[in-house]
Amino acid sequence: MYKYDQYDQAMVDARVEEFRDQTRRRLDGSLAEEHFRPLRLMNGLYLQLHAYMLRVAVPYGTLNSDQMHALADIAEKYDRGYGHFTTRQNIQYNWIKLEDAPDILADLAKVEMHAIQTSGNCIRNISSDHFAGAAADELVDPRPYAEILRQWSSFHPEFSYLPRKFKICVIASDTDRAAMRLHDIGIQIVKNDAGELGAAFYVGGGMGRTPIIAPCINEFVPLDQLVTYSEACLRVYNRYGRRDNKYKARIKILVHELGKEEYTRQVEEEFAHMLEQGVEPPLAELERIKTYFQDPDFKTGLTDRADRSDPDFALWIDRNCHKHKAPGYVSATISLKPVGGIPGDASVEQMHLMANLAKEYSFDECRVTHAQNIVLPHVEIGRLHELWTKLEEAGLGTPNLDRIDDIIACPGLDYCSLANARSIPVAQKISERFAANGKADELGQLKLKISGCINACGHHHAGHIGILGVDRKGVENYQLLLGGSEAEDTSLGKITGPGFSEDGIVDAVEKAADVYLAHREDGERFLDTYRRIGMDPFKEALYG
Amino acid sequence: MKILTGNDLKTGAVTWWDGQDWSLHVEDAVDVGDKAEEIMGREESARRVNVPYAIDAELDGNGKVRPAHIKDRVRALGPTVRPDLTLKPTEPEALNWVI
Amino acid sequence: MAKELGVSPDAVQFRFRDDEMVDHGMVTVDSFVEQSNASAVRIEPGDDARELLPFLDRLALVEVNFPVFGDGRGYSAARILREAGYTGELRAVGEVLVDQIAYMRRCGFDAFAPDSKLNEADVEAAFARFPEVYQKTVDGAAPIWKLRHG
Repeated sequence: MYKYDQYDQAMVDARVEEFRDQTRRRLDGSLAEEHFRPLRLMNGLYLQLHAYMLRVAVPYGTLNSDQMHALADIAEKYDRGYGHFTTRQNIQYNWIKLEDAPDILADLAKVEMHAIQTSGNCIRNISSDHFAGAAADELVDPRPYAEILRQWSSFHPEFSYLPRKFKICVIASDTDRAAMRLHDIGIQIVKNDAGELGAAFYVGGGMGRTPIIAPCINEFVPLDQLVTYSEACLRVYNRYGRRDNKYKARIKILVHELGKEEYTRQVEEEFAHMLEQGVEPPLAELERIKTYFQDPDFKTGLTDRADRSDPDFALWIDRNCHKHKAPGYVSATISLKPVGGIPGDASVEQMHLMANLAKEYSFDECRVTHAQNIVLPHVEIGRLHELWTKLEEAGLGTPNLDRIDDIIACPGLDYCSLANARSIPVAQKISERFAANGKADELGQLKLKISGCINACGHHHAGHIGILGVDRKGVENYQLLLGGSEAEDTSLGKITGPGFSEDGIVDAVEKAADVYLAHREDGERFLDTYRRIGMDPFKEALYG
Repeated sequence: MKILTGNDLKTGAVTWWDGQDWSLHVEDAVDVGDKAEEIMGREESARRVNVPYAIDAELDGNGKVRPAHIKDRVRALGPTVRPDLTLKPTEPEALNWVI
Repeated sequence: MAKELGVSPDAVQFRFRDDEMVDHGMVTVDSFVEQSNASAVRIEPGDDARELLPFLDRLALVEVNFPVFGDGRGYSAARILREAGYTGELRAVGEVLVDQIAYMRRCGFDAFAPDSKLNEADVEAAFARFPEVYQKTVDGAAPIWKLRHG
């Protein structure tokens, strides 16, 4: 994985000192909250319901064991013994003191980490495929391109006061595991007919209160123009994105209002101009970065069969392991979704354990997924049982990847000052209900996603089943959505009808699941059946 | 009644205006009547509180202050999904007060 | 005649140029494009800086207003002018704050007239903070990729 050189380290160290100085000025009163707020946000520091919350960037979701240990140490030293992995592949801490924040950033800098631009109206942490560099179906490892863009977007002087936040995602396979088309810019690395690599740009997607699937505005941007093209996309947005209404300020509204053709025309015009400005790093820089993402030293001649005599272990392999490009290896997902647990939360002990397991079994690497789980990307099949046994002992062996109890949930009203309703208790009750009624096995793949407000951090628009918490006259109320997907078959869920109470929504999810079980045909997932039979049978069961 | 809440500037802890100072306990909150803006302006410039705001509250059956909105009751107690991290870890019934 | 447009030269707190400060009447972008004799113009956030490009040779001062610090359109306006070869004074006015000033400089501003005077030591520290830069802009600084690869 990427290693900082002296330049990267100096930039991050300078940022720590800058924030230390800004914090000092805030505490001594020379900086007012109004002016401090965007600065602390650009360092990942929010003021949430109970305290300050710090969001730490995990660039493209990749961590080594030292970094995971450091994240655990921060949870222990400065927080309350746990952290929360997010749908943007980051981690956040809920109980941070402002006066500690500069020291935390300094601790992070020691392991080449930071919280730069994890909030604010700027280019955020760049996300990617959690199986990058491991998946059998990828064209190339997308992370070097994400890293090029990470450096370009860090402290960008022109694009730090954008109309609104800006999220970029880079993938390199036709299978989308990162919700690429629901980003402000989604990039897919592709190959053209001549066999050259390039980048397809999807611009103007997003969730939030106006969910939009990004259209492709350029099918092939040559790799030596990646930064230049991104710069053109951003400049058009910075100049013409709406600033009169924060709910209409994301780039998706600009692209939608201008129309894809007109936005594209403006970008192409700006791009032609930008090409003359020499803003693109040389290909040698890409090559330099790529050297950090070489395949690890995979062994050859390994067994590709595991001993499946233990049925619990066999189940975990079938559900939580993903095909690897190297024979004899798989990518193993550690579920942070135990039945009744808090989706995405990990304790200090669990983080240390995952770090140790990454070191021992996965070439010192682990990944954060947008579904709030952790991946060990390169595990020998012959050592899986050993690994699984250790996970089981620590309560990390739940075999439920992409099933109804592998729920994405935002922190909701338990932690977040923007939330209208709690998300976590709903997730807990649903996973408990389906564990008790035994239907989870039968349901197979069913992605359920819960947001506690319209901002959609819990990706409810993109859930096969989505739940949106709203405030109805001071009481929590939950709307049900069906038919969303964040994968390559991206679609947006539709609301079934009137909302439900906290207990009512759990019943409603079970009813929707029952409709699927009654109607499904061979091999259909919940999503497939919904797409075939439509909303009516579900409405009938829910409200009839 | 109108009460004032905010966060401690240094620690971020949720605080409530008790008439003299900022308390960690909502039970200490006092009715500020029409003095909200005046108190908040003064206290914020003295950096004794960060981002204060006034909310509606009532006295519950036991004569204790209860914020009108669930969000402020969650703030007053702590996350309902981690009773161990709330201000009343040994009183499970406190969660009913929130919801 | 409406109230005179633009800040007074006395309001300029930081200036990184050696030439004489221009003290001409300043006009809006719209009136600048229509009339031929003005040499100073003031850009508001919604203005298109590119409208000025045909007239760069007669411009000596461009003032870019930041009515609120969070409105970042002025950064693009400045950079566009410098990219087009504008060499006159580029002055940031309005809500110009310590923590934005280094970014403004990178986008081509060379004079600053903040609404509220800034602490000079803080500004000096802000300019000196980051040892290098990641991007090529218009300030002449060699980006890190250039330092790596020559």
